[in-house]
Amino acid sequence: MSGLLSLVLWLPVAGTLVLLAVPRDRARTIRIVALVTTVLDLAASVWAGAAFDRARAGTLQLLEQVRWIPSIGVTYHLGVDGLSLPLVILTTLLTMLCVIYSWRVDLRPKEYMILFLLLETGMVGVFLSLDFFLFYLFWEISLVPMFFIIGIWGGARRTYAAIKFFLYTLVGSLAMLLAILILYFQSSPRTLDILALIQQKPLAHDLPLAILAFWGFFLSFAIKVPMFPFHTWLPDAHVEAPTAGSVLLAAILLKLGTYGFVRIALPLLPDAFQHMAWFVAVLAVIGAVYGAMVAMAQTDLKKLIAYSSVNHMGYVMLAIAAAAAVGNRGAMQGAAAQALDGATMQMLAHGVITGALFFLVGVLYDYRAHTRGVGDFGGLATRLPVYTGLMMLAMLASLGLPLLMGFVAEFLIFLGAFQIYPQLTGVAMVGVVITVAYFLWAIQRIFLGPLNPRWAALPDVDARERWALAPLAALMVLVGFYPGPLIAIINLAMINILSLVH
Amino acid sequence: MDVQAITPELMLGVLALGLLVLDLATGPAEKRFVAWIAVIGLLATLVPSALQLGATPRLVFFDTYAVEPFSAFFKIIAILSGVLVLLAAMEFFKGRTTQHEGDVYVLIAFMVLGLVIMAAAADLILLFLAVEYVSLVSYVLAGSLKSDRKSNEAGVKYFFYGAAASAVMLYGFTYLYGAGGTTNLYHLARPLAAANAGLLLVATVFVLAGLGFKISLVPFHQWTPDVYEGAPTPVTAFLSVGSKAAGFAALLRVLYVALPPETWVTVLAVLAAISMSVGNLVALSQQNIKRMLAYSSIAHAGYMLIGVVALAGSSTPLGSGVDALLYYLLAYMFTNIGAFAVAIAVERTLGSDAIADYAGLSQRAPFAAAAMAIFMLSLTGIPFTALFFGKLLLFGAAIQSGFLWLAVVGILNSVISLAYYMGVIRAMYQQAAPDGAAPLAESGLTRTLLAITVAGTVVLGIYPGPFLRLVQTASALLRL
Repeated sequence: MSGLLSLVLWLPVAGTLVLLAVPRDRARTIRIVALVTTVLDLAASVWAGAAFDRARAGTLQLLEQVRWIPSIGVTYHLGVDGLSLPLVILTTLLTMLCVIYSWRVDLRPKEYMILFLLLETGMVGVFLSLDFFLFYLFWEISLVPMFFIIGIWGGARRTYAAIKFFLYTLVGSLAMLLAILILYFQSSPRTLDILALIQQKPLAHDLPLAILAFWGFFLSFAIKVPMFPFHTWLPDAHVEAPTAGSVLLAAILLKLGTYGFVRIALPLLPDAFQHMAWFVAVLAVIGAVYGAMVAMAQTDLKKLIAYSSVNHMGYVMLAIAAAAAVGNRGAMQGAAAQALDGATMQMLAHGVITGALFFLVGVLYDYRAHTRGVGDFGGLATRLPVYTGLMMLAMLASLGLPLLMGFVAEFLIFLGAFQIYPQLTGVAMVGVVITVAYFLWAIQRIFLGPLNPRWAALPDVDARERWALAPLAALMVLVGFYPGPLIAIINLAMINILSLVH
Repeated sequence: MDVQAITPELMLGVLALGLLVLDLATGPAEKRFVAWIAVIGLLATLVPSALQLGATPRLVFFDTYAVEPFSAFFKIIAILSGVLVLLAAMEFFKGRTTQHEGDVYVLIAFMVLGLVIMAAAADLILLFLAVEYVSLVSYVLAGSLKSDRKSNEAGVKYFFYGAAASAVMLYGFTYLYGAGGTTNLYHLARPLAAANAGLLLVATVFVLAGLGFKISLVPFHQWTPDVYEGAPTPVTAFLSVGSKAAGFAALLRVLYVALPPETWVTVLAVLAAISMSVGNLVALSQQNIKRMLAYSSIAHAGYMLIGVVALAGSSTPLGSGVDALLYYLLAYMFTNIGAFAVAIAVERTLGSDAIADYAGLSQRAPFAAAAMAIFMLSLTGIPFTALFFGKLLLFGAAIQSGFLWLAVVGILNSVISLAYYMGVIRAMYQQAAPDGAAPLAESGLTRTLLAITVAGTVVLGIYPGPFLRLVQTASALLRL
């Protein structure tokens, strides 16, 4: 047993303890401690990636299991496979970038950094947990730091947005708790271990109860994703959250939902999910098209990106639902694996691209223009060449331009889903067209045309912002050109998860 | 006579009487000495109480009094909450001029004795005497700030409600005696199993009036907000934890030992759902921290009642209703007394119970604010806290016993409760302190009390194993 995953998981908490000892007026020390912690955590997660055997990416590795509450069958059980490892590294990378980006946050820097570190542990914990008790703890505890981040450092309507975010997600969490309890009482021997429960499939012979449990998980995951019609907390939370909060919210927290569908709902309740797959797929397609249409109508750049998230996560859910619909049909296994590869790839791509987009909006809004109105700009390309380049790269990646990261993901999703749900996939494609339209329109309004004289003195991105953005831009291009190795790892994990369905 | 079996009770009696004398012998400025002696004395009685956790269950004193792990568990809760409340009371009385400071400390010790007897009484007569004894001490404690009109109101109101509730309960006892021909709970079980179901239902409802009053269960809860608001805050904390726990102990014993479950399960399930919903919905609009905690206490009585209703056994502690209830009571003790301790500290320094005045507390008193945030999260049922684990056990027990709907009601209520518990956190962390507000001094006593209650709240949430074993021992032997 190695303690590598525990190191990744608990390092931010260690950093928090150090921060607690630093006096609150030593802002520089606080920032350095936070930065060092997140850099070390990123290094630890990359180290875990190096120790990970990529040839066996389908099996869970670096396992750690310790008895915790033996009388109710709870263990401290961690592990990674080709699904969770990239998400963990994405989490540690983005948290580090958030710390770099937030260097200039002057309001209560100590609490700010502590909350981001705790959030990091919560998010990493969800991806690493292989026990339902542990999974639920991290799932729900990740709400608390985000509630404070939105509520203290947010925009004008931060109080409303923070409590709305918390209430929505808590409803989902508690529904999941019920589902977990139902599974626990049906299991024999009683356990909360996710892998053991997937092996047992305690609800395999009781379809009504399985569907009930599925709704519990569905509600929780769907609110987090967020799927239409549970998405209404998202625009509020995104618009009001501070930039780094929006980044983590979009890039990581939304992925917890889709991750839950793939890791838990699909292999644990395959029959119930297969039964309900058409319904999930319809909601996903509505979300994809509706999200794109609403994004088109936005004049606030943050809202535009928030709705583009609803749109992009719709594709992910379409792919997952399509894979769930396949069930035991042997002929379609290849298509299901393709769809799931695309879904996971899209989780990563959306994390990288939307994370970058929110950073870029923040660069403009927080320290320069103090407005996010799409129509307030114009001609910025002449004044801010580097900024324009980065923003156009991210937007083009988001709309799915070939040779960028987003394209790989969407291509695989549509390729896989089309073989299973041809009509629905066709409708979802409309979303792609609209996405192209609104991003190009936004680029045109912000960067092209005559320079708005109001912005004649705007400075371009500075060194710190470049540091925060460069890794994401590099990933977009690199994975776009050469997605092979990443897809290979993901594919092994997806094939394994599909094999657990039977 | 098995005098050894009542060592904790004898020690408590001697302690309380000794304190009474000590109170007379000390001057007005030396009352803290009385309190410290009370704390030490109570801690000493923990030892024989804890030893009874391993005792063979038996009835002593002509079968009127139970000595078993179950009552030992409630003795520990009564004594621990007494100790914590004494610490809180010392903080409360600091800098406050009153003639009755020493009396409060003495009465707290007497009340602990009453709670202990209530949890172990195995005979209707003794149970009634214990309930009355606890009530009388509570009335005086609630009205002990004699110069404060609200405290007077609290004492009088509590007395009138309590007297009526006790009378109704006693009337209920006469039904049980009439049907069973004995006042001993353990001897009642057999005759009552064959008794008329309608009669038993009436008796149950009457008994519930008395015990439901003690645990602030809807519809016997009307006294709660006024008394909680008016009584001195440490007394409120004691009522919300000590009385509630002892009330549940008595309720469990009467219902589980004497009455056939068919007669009361449905009634109690419905009352649990109503109590949760009423408590939480009314709490939403409260502006005063003590009134808010009063309605929250009503709601929590509803959650806890799930543990009584969930009868079905389980091979593991997750799924057993009594285990869940005992765990929840232990967790609630730390969390709720902690929350009241913060309220006392704020009340003493700001002179206000209004939640609005908690604005900016995170900047003015960071430790107290962080502790309060943890207590509020625990009361909501957020992981890594004690009451999350308690709720997990309760909802699990409900599902195991076929009360899925009750678990769903509990979950919806948890979501509702988030709104008002977060209101306190919002004030402390998201709103700015009034201009020129100085940092608030946190006394060493407050820090100690908060450190204990936070530690209890977090440890019970993270490392429940040993405490699960404790409640398993305590609950398994409830039925002799």
